Amino acid sequence: MAGSNPNAKPMNLTLKVWRQKNRATAGQVVDYNVRDISPDMSFLEMLDVLNEDLLRKGDDPVAFDHDCREGICGSCNLFINGRAHGPESGTTTCQLHMRKFSDGDTIVIEPWRANSFPVNKDLSVDRSAFDRIIQAGGYVSVNTGGAPDGNEIPVPKEIADRAFEAATCIGCGACVAACKNASAMLFVSAKVSQLALLPQGHAERATRVENMVAQMDKEGFGACTNIGSCAAECPVGISLENIATLNREFLAAKASSNNLS
Amino acid sequence: MSMILDSKIPEGPRAEKWEKHKFNVKLVNPANKRKYDVIVVGTGLAGGAAAASLAELGYNVKAFTYHDSPRRAHSIAAQGGINAAKNYQNDGDSVFRLFYDTIKGGDYRAREANVYRLAQVSVNIIDQCVAQGVPFAREYGGLLANRSFGGAQVSRTFYARGQTGQQLLLGAYSALSRQIAYGKVKMYTRSEMLDVVIVDGQARGIITRNLITGEIEKHAAHAVVLATGGYGNVFYLSTNAMYCNATAAWRAHKKGAYFANPCFTQIHPTCIPVSGDYQSKLTLMSESLRNDGRVWVPKTVEMAEKVRQGQIKPQDIAEDDRDYFLERKYPAFGNLVPRDVASRNAKMMCDEGRGVGSTGLAVYLDFADIIKRTGADAVSQKYGNLFDMYAKITDEDPYTQPMRIYPAVHYTMGGLWVDYNLQTTVPGLYATGECNFSDHGANRLGASALMQGLADGYFVIPYTIGDYLAQTPPKPVTTENPAFAQAEADVRGRVQKLMSINGTRTPDDFHKHLGHLMWEYCGMARTAEGLKHAKVEIQKLRKEFWSDLKLSGSNDELNQALEKAGRVADFLELGELMVDDALNRNESCGGHFREEYATEDGEAKRNDDEYAYVAAWQYVGDNQPEILNKEELHFENVKLTQRSYK
Repeated sequence: MAGSNPNAKPMNLTLKVWRQKNRATAGQVVDYNVRDISPDMSFLEMLDVLNEDLLRKGDDPVAFDHDCREGICGSCNLFINGRAHGPESGTTTCQLHMRKFSDGDTIVIEPWRANSFPVNKDLSVDRSAFDRIIQAGGYVSVNTGGAPDGNEIPVPKEIADRAFEAATCIGCGACVAACKNASAMLFVSAKVSQLALLPQGHAERATRVENMVAQMDKEGFGACTNIGSCAAECPVGISLENIATLNREFLAAKASSNNLS
Repeated sequence: MSMILDSKIPEGPRAEKWEKHKFNVKLVNPANKRKYDVIVVGTGLAGGAAAASLAELGYNVKAFTYHDSPRRAHSIAAQGGINAAKNYQNDGDSVFRLFYDTIKGGDYRAREANVYRLAQVSVNIIDQCVAQGVPFAREYGGLLANRSFGGAQVSRTFYARGQTGQQLLLGAYSALSRQIAYGKVKMYTRSEMLDVVIVDGQARGIITRNLITGEIEKHAAHAVVLATGGYGNVFYLSTNAMYCNATAAWRAHKKGAYFANPCFTQIHPTCIPVSGDYQSKLTLMSESLRNDGRVWVPKTVEMAEKVRQGQIKPQDIAEDDRDYFLERKYPAFGNLVPRDVASRNAKMMCDEGRGVGSTGLAVYLDFADIIKRTGADAVSQKYGNLFDMYAKITDEDPYTQPMRIYPAVHYTMGGLWVDYNLQTTVPGLYATGECNFSDHGANRLGASALMQGLADGYFVIPYTIGDYLAQTPPKPVTTENPAFAQAEADVRGRVQKLMSINGTRTPDDFHKHLGHLMWEYCGMARTAEGLKHAKVEIQKLRKEFWSDLKLSGSNDELNQALEKAGRVADFLELGELMVDDALNRNESCGGHFREEYATEDGEAKRNDDEYAYVAAWQYVGDNQPEILNKEELHFENVKLTQRSYK
């Protein structure tokens, strides 16, 4: 029915979906067939079709996280055919459309795989480790009220733009899922870079990077070995340069004497 | 018995009300603040900002979200920007002008004093966000950039490309995270509020369901702040996120909080049109696009028919054969008329048979002129992410052919009735952000939702809640009062009832059905006849829901269909109240357009003599008509006129 592709034929697909009752139970791959899938559907709308079908039959629908379906909230997180958010680069799962697949395809759908992201159920995982890393220092310590005028400190456009680019991270965790070490360096470095670039973040830049890296390690994320899968699979294009920035910030912080041990 | 509502507007001239009020409210001394617990439900702009700010003051805050992280609230999806009366552009903006534009844009159905305060604190919001490290767009000289938005003739909108909501929310989230780390906020994620607990007439806690384990939990506090967003998803298809729902507000309503102006819903003019019946949600294309995009349809029905058949492409239609209908009808504001006006006109064009796209339910938003003038790169700098999103969804390239857009439900101006202190009719229960009704009247201007959410959270509730707490003894609160056990039992009973119906129709099936009724009869154009019909149909559907709902699994695990069912059950009640409200309001104003009440050229025709009031509905019992309470609106600073954007 949609504009561009009026003649596209509905597709029949085989889905191999990870089913797991809860964190304590072992999971397994279960096969499903879905029929008459419109190429204009989003990937999650295709799963909606499956779930409505399962529910009508009295079966348990597949649990997965999603919300805005506009690619911005960072909730959706499916590992599709071996790739975080599926085959289209620069795209969240919710913005992936079925026109990227062909009639008769078999699609493998798994949750993010990382020790630091335990499975809640089926395809839903617990990403609260990311929140704890932000809580360790991903902020400027400023209380409400008493802030100076917004134009008091000019920020060169180029710096503001770079800070914005780093700040667009949606916290989905694709970087961790894509990394063979399950490293969270791209996520952490995006926040460190944003606040290191802006003058408002300078006062705490040394303690911030040390605390955030310490928390990252504590959460059990792996080390970074500079492969770059994270940036390649990031749906919003967070650059690998941020990791270089983080390393520089971290060394500078360690080199100064008045910071953490 | 209906009662006259006291909005507690402070005395004095408009510009001094808030200052005076801040001086007159009672204070809780710093050492006592840690003896008070405050519950904040929702962690979007309003809730996140409130939770962080209250914790900074020293209160013990318990914050709740049904998301896996407070950073995922739907505020994050706001695209275009946030208004503030900074007048950095030297183009004649002022607090009064922002106030005036908001009152006029809301078609004179908002409360003056609240709106004036909103305009006053708008300037503080920008300062606060900059200090947090929010990367607003800047000019080459390093100062903050602005752009224009609908319903205003000045440039007062601050933005971060097409992701302003995301950046503002991450700012509030960072402030909240800092307080979580300090231990001043206890954060409960994946927890859905299912009831509010009233002890001796005052809000003293909430009942939640842990969405992972299914556990029903009781939480006590000295006050409860709801920041749970709007109810646009009652229409099924809307630009709201999939989880957005009315349950917290509706449960509060059933515990005594009046619900104000529920029929005031905003239909946003620029959304990607519906493409098929599998569609789960609609995607907005930011209003900021109307700065540079030109809205048009073919001049004749014959030409439009050819476009719909795919015989001609829009870019091949000659300039003379196009009707830039907004520019033609509203030369002063052109494509930047307010949302309600733009939406209604798009509908009129489609009703005339001049709509485009395969369904005929779309108009063009064309960027050819600006691309010719400034180049595709410059356009990409401004709107790149929106153009990409459009291409991904439609498989069409907006750089080479015009976007197809159509109005969709976007925002709800109605909500829980609150007084000047943002307190509902239940003492100790507050409502902030989209969850309340207070600032946008019958139509919200673009870039004002973010402003209101953050104004309420950062700069209003931290003062006004202190006034209430100062009059509450600082004794520890517990969940031992029988009211908690009763509310818990009620919630459990309801969950079990939903699980035990064992019928044939899924929650989504009912939701779609309801959404269709609401869009058809309580959407962009309403008639008494249609509304009466809808009321009967909704009642039937509700009955069917409670006898034919199908669920599976159990209630002691992650069960997303069960979550959905609870929300749909509440939509089925709220939907009827919206219809009642629309039927009661025998006038057209802003987003509420009754076909019987229109001017000769099809504009909304208000009836100020009879309807210059807030309709605040009072729940009195299941299947009983709600009682209408009125708050008369007094306009001391603006003259009520027929809105004109010509």
